[in-house]
Amino acid sequence: MTSDHWSGPTRPYDLVKEVVVAVVAMAALALTLAAVFSSPDDRQVTIQRWATADPAGFVATAVTELDGTSASAAYGPPYNRASDGQSIFALHLQRWVGVHQPVDPSQDFVLRPLSTVTGDPVLTSALASYTAAPGGQQQRWASAYDAAIGTAGGDPAKAAPGDYGPVPTLVTSLAGLARTGALDSQLVGHSAGLYQADSTSPLLFLADGDYLAAQAHARHLTGTQWGMMNETGSYPGQAWLWLYTFWYQIPPFTHSGNADALIWGLMMVLSLGLVLVPFIPGLRSLPRLLPVHRLVWRDWYASHPAGRPPRTVRSGRG
Amino acid sequence: MTATGTDRAGAVDGGDPVRPGGPPTRAGGEGGWTGSLRARLTAALPPERALPDAQPAYVASWVYLFGVASLASLAVVIASGVAIALGGVRWWHTTVVGHFLNSVHLWSVELFFFWMVLHLWGKFFMAAWRGRRAATWVTGAVSFLVSVACAFTGYLSQTNLDAEWIATQAKDGINSTGAGAFWNVLDLGQMLVWHVMLLPLAVGLLVVAHVVLVRLRGVVPPIGTADDGRPSDDPAAWR
Repeated sequence: MTSDHWSGPTRPYDLVKEVVVAVVAMAALALTLAAVFSSPDDRQVTIQRWATADPAGFVATAVTELDGTSASAAYGPPYNRASDGQSIFALHLQRWVGVHQPVDPSQDFVLRPLSTVTGDPVLTSALASYTAAPGGQQQRWASAYDAAIGTAGGDPAKAAPGDYGPVPTLVTSLAGLARTGALDSQLVGHSAGLYQADSTSPLLFLADGDYLAAQAHARHLTGTQWGMMNETGSYPGQAWLWLYTFWYQIPPFTHSGNADALIWGLMMVLSLGLVLVPFIPGLRSLPRLLPVHRLVWRDWYASHPAGRPPRTVRSGRG
Repeated sequence: MTATGTDRAGAVDGGDPVRPGGPPTRAGGEGGWTGSLRARLTAALPPERALPDAQPAYVASWVYLFGVASLASLAVVIASGVAIALGGVRWWHTTVVGHFLNSVHLWSVELFFFWMVLHLWGKFFMAAWRGRRAATWVTGAVSFLVSVACAFTGYLSQTNLDAEWIATQAKDGINSTGAGAFWNVLDLGQMLVWHVMLLPLAVGLLVVAHVVLVRLRGVVPPIGTADDGRPSDDPAAWR
């Protein structure tokens, strides 16, 4: 028995044997590939590693958390209301869904961790001075220091003297805290307590700086390097995302502020098209027009010629 | 049905007939809900169709191996994933055995997608949705898309540099759709649960449905061929 329809010629078949042989073959192939090529495992970037390897970049990023110019601080939903986020033409899905993982970078990444430090009167005084100041004054201090660091080429040590209030003390202390490793656990665990599984805060903070991006660029992982389908080292990555990452390489997406939303929308439409191929006139007729099926069934067609396409099919009507 | 059940139905109760050559039934019924379900299942997919020992003569191409190679690779993916799960989230970073199992998992995933993409393209060029087989195509295509999501959560769950970078970049795309508010790619706990439980379950169910549909509907005949092997001008045989 073959199917509920087919009544033509048949040939012997052993389904169980085929499945068993295939599983054994694929297992052997996977084991061989694993034994010969292994797999990549570049160690994670921690806040401690970042602050140690790139202290200037860390301090400069911390200042942007205080003055609200970091990517996280200006992100919008689902983290905060600093912006509306992206949209697909008139569909402002990001804004409509709203804030569900509230993140306040200045508090979460800088001020709250510093408030846990004891035995450092200079820091305690600086923190008290900063928190007691009006919001406008806090902003002026942080913005002025941010601008000075930018003028100094990103190196806080070369920033010109100015009225930065307690901000330099705060961010320098934060870098010291980060180098001890304490900031890693504080960012993960401030809301979770003992059990920690949500890495949203430390990853957002890491992504605000340049260090993680530099590591990714060196491993060909960034967007302009087709990084979405790459893997660290010379290993195959998510090659099946080739079409998704392709769109990021061409206009208008390369210079659109809504590229992520537009490409997601486009991929959703294309994915729906893939699922619904059998129902899409024209697309479902392509296999008939392309000769690939004649190659697949060349033995069958050699002895069993096909019929003629009916007129409705030949004319392309469905 | 167990022997005890047969006895109860046929002898102990004394009133329930035993159908010659078939399962016991209750008087005036079809074996209750169980019997009804059994009757429906065996009618829809009798054993000789579920486990065939013959197939149409046109099923003679390397293209037909791509599907079973996908299934076999998926079996290796699941087995290696289960083995990694035995040790938890991070043990594979620090042990030789764990790292080897991670390597097997990676390469079996690569093989799975390699065969699945070939299978998908092959079935497209064969117009495999013809003859009431659209549902077979749909379940296969959705399986592919859900597998992409499943693999993606695996990359997010690596707890290494690759996972960090992928998560921080992918968040922008997911967030732009509004879905990021509920499906947080930066939340290792959430992504890990989706990777080891929810998405594999979805892939498994879809693949089972896909295979059952293949057995139910049979393997699509060559384009322009009727179900008896003769040339056909029926539009359904062409598109």
